[in-house]
Amino acid sequence: MTALTSAATQPLPLDDAHITDPQAAKAGRQARPLRFITCGSVDDGKSTLIGRLLWDTKAVKEDQAAALRRDSTGKQNELGLPDFALLLDGLQAEREQGITIDVAYRYFATDRRSFIVADTPGHVQYTRNMATGASTADLAVLLVDARAGILEQTRRHATIAAMMGIRQFVLAVNKIDLSEYDEAGFQAIARSFREIALSLGVRQVTAIPVSALKGENIVLRGDDVMPWYTGPTLVEALEKATQRTGQTTGFRLPVQRVSRPGEGFRGYQGTVAGGSIKPGDSVVVLPSGVEANVKAIVTYDLVRNAAVHGDAITLVLDRPVDVARGDMIAAIDQRPQTGRAFNARLVALSLDGIVPGKRYWLKAGSRRQRVMVRPTSALDLTTGNWDDAPFLAMNGIGVVELDFEDTAIFDNYETNRETGAFILIDPDTFNTVAGGMIDGKRSKAGRFDALPDADRATVTLPARLLEAFLKTEFARAHAGEIRVTAPEENDGE
Amino acid sequence: MNVIEHGRGKPPLDPHLKALENEAIHIFREVAAEFERPVMLYSIGKDSSVLLHLALKAFHPGKLPFPLVHIDTGWKFPEMIAFRDQVVARHGLDLIAHTNPDGLRDNVTPFSHGSARYTDIMKTQALKQSLDMGRYDAAFGGARRDEEASRAKERIYSFRTPDHAWDPRNQRPELWSIYNGMIRSGESVRAFPLSNWTEVDIWRYIQAENIDLVPLYFAKRRKVVERDGMLILAEDKRLELLPGEQVREEMVRFRTLGCFPLTGAVRSEATTLDEVIEELEIATVSERQGRAIDRDQSGSMEKKKREGYF
Repeated sequence: MTALTSAATQPLPLDDAHITDPQAAKAGRQARPLRFITCGSVDDGKSTLIGRLLWDTKAVKEDQAAALRRDSTGKQNELGLPDFALLLDGLQAEREQGITIDVAYRYFATDRRSFIVADTPGHVQYTRNMATGASTADLAVLLVDARAGILEQTRRHATIAAMMGIRQFVLAVNKIDLSEYDEAGFQAIARSFREIALSLGVRQVTAIPVSALKGENIVLRGDDVMPWYTGPTLVEALEKATQRTGQTTGFRLPVQRVSRPGEGFRGYQGTVAGGSIKPGDSVVVLPSGVEANVKAIVTYDLVRNAAVHGDAITLVLDRPVDVARGDMIAAIDQRPQTGRAFNARLVALSLDGIVPGKRYWLKAGSRRQRVMVRPTSALDLTTGNWDDAPFLAMNGIGVVELDFEDTAIFDNYETNRETGAFILIDPDTFNTVAGGMIDGKRSKAGRFDALPDADRATVTLPARLLEAFLKTEFARAHAGEIRVTAPEENDGE
Repeated sequence: MNVIEHGRGKPPLDPHLKALENEAIHIFREVAAEFERPVMLYSIGKDSSVLLHLALKAFHPGKLPFPLVHIDTGWKFPEMIAFRDQVVARHGLDLIAHTNPDGLRDNVTPFSHGSARYTDIMKTQALKQSLDMGRYDAAFGGARRDEEASRAKERIYSFRTPDHAWDPRNQRPELWSIYNGMIRSGESVRAFPLSNWTEVDIWRYIQAENIDLVPLYFAKRRKVVERDGMLILAEDKRLELLPGEQVREEMVRFRTLGCFPLTGAVRSEATTLDEVIEELEIATVSERQGRAIDRDQSGSMEKKKREGYF
């Protein structure tokens, strides 16, 4: 679409020629949509930015535009434009207060690509909703106000986005018109953001000076007013972005349900969370460790000869094995980690924060189990340092130790975002209180190995007694000094 | 047991639709596994037809592990009811049709009580009665986030109190595709497998999967009357003409189906799926433009949802 790169910089008039582009709807069928979030501090203009994006990509229909004009009455700005934020802030409370409370998901397309954008809230108290949007995004658009620069909330959102595996950032320096299109100011903000991004492990940052209100460098270029900027517009940056891949493990099928519609059929239903599978492949069922071969991959349409990551399938094995919801069927030669102790990073999402020693429900894939959570350090957003912390406050980001009552099955989040992620559920309120990412299996033997030989004792216990012993207060208090040698790897006994 | 195959000779879905289909099937299976008494709300429209098709796919080769509920206001298009009964028979579905007995007794109609009051009694209250009677703890719905601004805010698992109330300010965070299905007795979840679908996705999927639809979605010469800027179908004896109104025959179809007195037809020549999709791609108004109940006031959908409407 040549219009996307035209040099027009005037605010778009509200005529029908700019509503609904027939070409746009046909676009981007050959790939899944690019998912991105917009985040940043409150009042940086996120909803206006997306409203503008929808408007300029012609995703706004006539009746919606009419409603927008009607609802904008009295809020019209000096340019005579409607209040674009009203396209996004669909809740009464949001409109009353002029803020975004919850994520809005919106869908639009250019002739190159289709997009799902999650407009996430800037207010600290709604950080949980920002994390919700970030967990499934390929890219993050971080807004800053050209006059205010980078704030603590910018840093918090960048940190959460990076932790959740987003490796592409677009820094939209908004309201550049209100800073007289000052290039030096823009460059200074871009520089300090790049430093933050680098420290978070993000390598790809595209900084763009924009005016969401005037539509400069969103879809149309702002050459007249910012001749010094030669980079992409926001839409161009989005069109060029790559989709996250983020999983390098072998075959993974978290079992959602067992299908037994009648005698002679027993299938395991789930969505492939890694790798691929075909009939004849050898698999292992975890946690039991029983091995089998794949007999058939059944879907409604066909008995298929292969399934890949993302496919919702029903798997039939070649022998009767005991498989239940919450088990994982995995590649026999590339197994996930199984164990009772893992390290993880957490984003605390509830008012109460994360209480040390409290037992939560943990859900990962289709598996739900009890876990004890022990925070060890928390991120100080003003300094960027990880400080020792036994407690995680609301919206806190921290490192924790997870201790399970039975076998847990994970990959590291770095290698598989699906089998390495989990949520924590408060057993008292049933609220989702944290999102977590696995950093690896933890050996309980750390301090044990540091002991001189003379201070060690070896005790052999039957498995059931050992279970009971490990649950005692004494064992918990001395968890670091006890090494369990056999049952840890032999949970299916 | 033999596994029946439905897709021989059919071209594969494009990656975009495939991803949407996979996500919906995942949600269906998760809800069916986590909840004790799930139910699917079936409204006979295009989204419901896609929802049902996806449910059949999700549980194949087994049958649906839950019943369907249809809230019958008594004012649906007759073609819809006929279509519903055909679908139920063809797939051997367990369908529960429910009409609010209080509304029937009080003779609540869209004409006598106005659209807002009528919708509350015959749809919202009827839905709550039906969910309470079945003690359902999860209800699948076909709502999409692209339909309306407050729906764009819905989670895939939308938590409801024992009064069926939705609090948009206090939704559970929903990270990755891990859904929290833990609820207390009396509470429930509305689950929306089509959340990330758009209207065009629905139509393209119907085309790709060859899904049957109520014929009202395709253009035909039909008797209509113009009222409040909407084209109302004038083929039901219960529609009383107002002074000055004239019944005309026009080539029309429906983009969305609800109760006939509250759903406007659009002038259209699109008689096939290809033509409907083509028409949609150049459409300059959204599908809900033809729904009277959305136009009462800004934010009215949110209000209805808070009170228990879908």
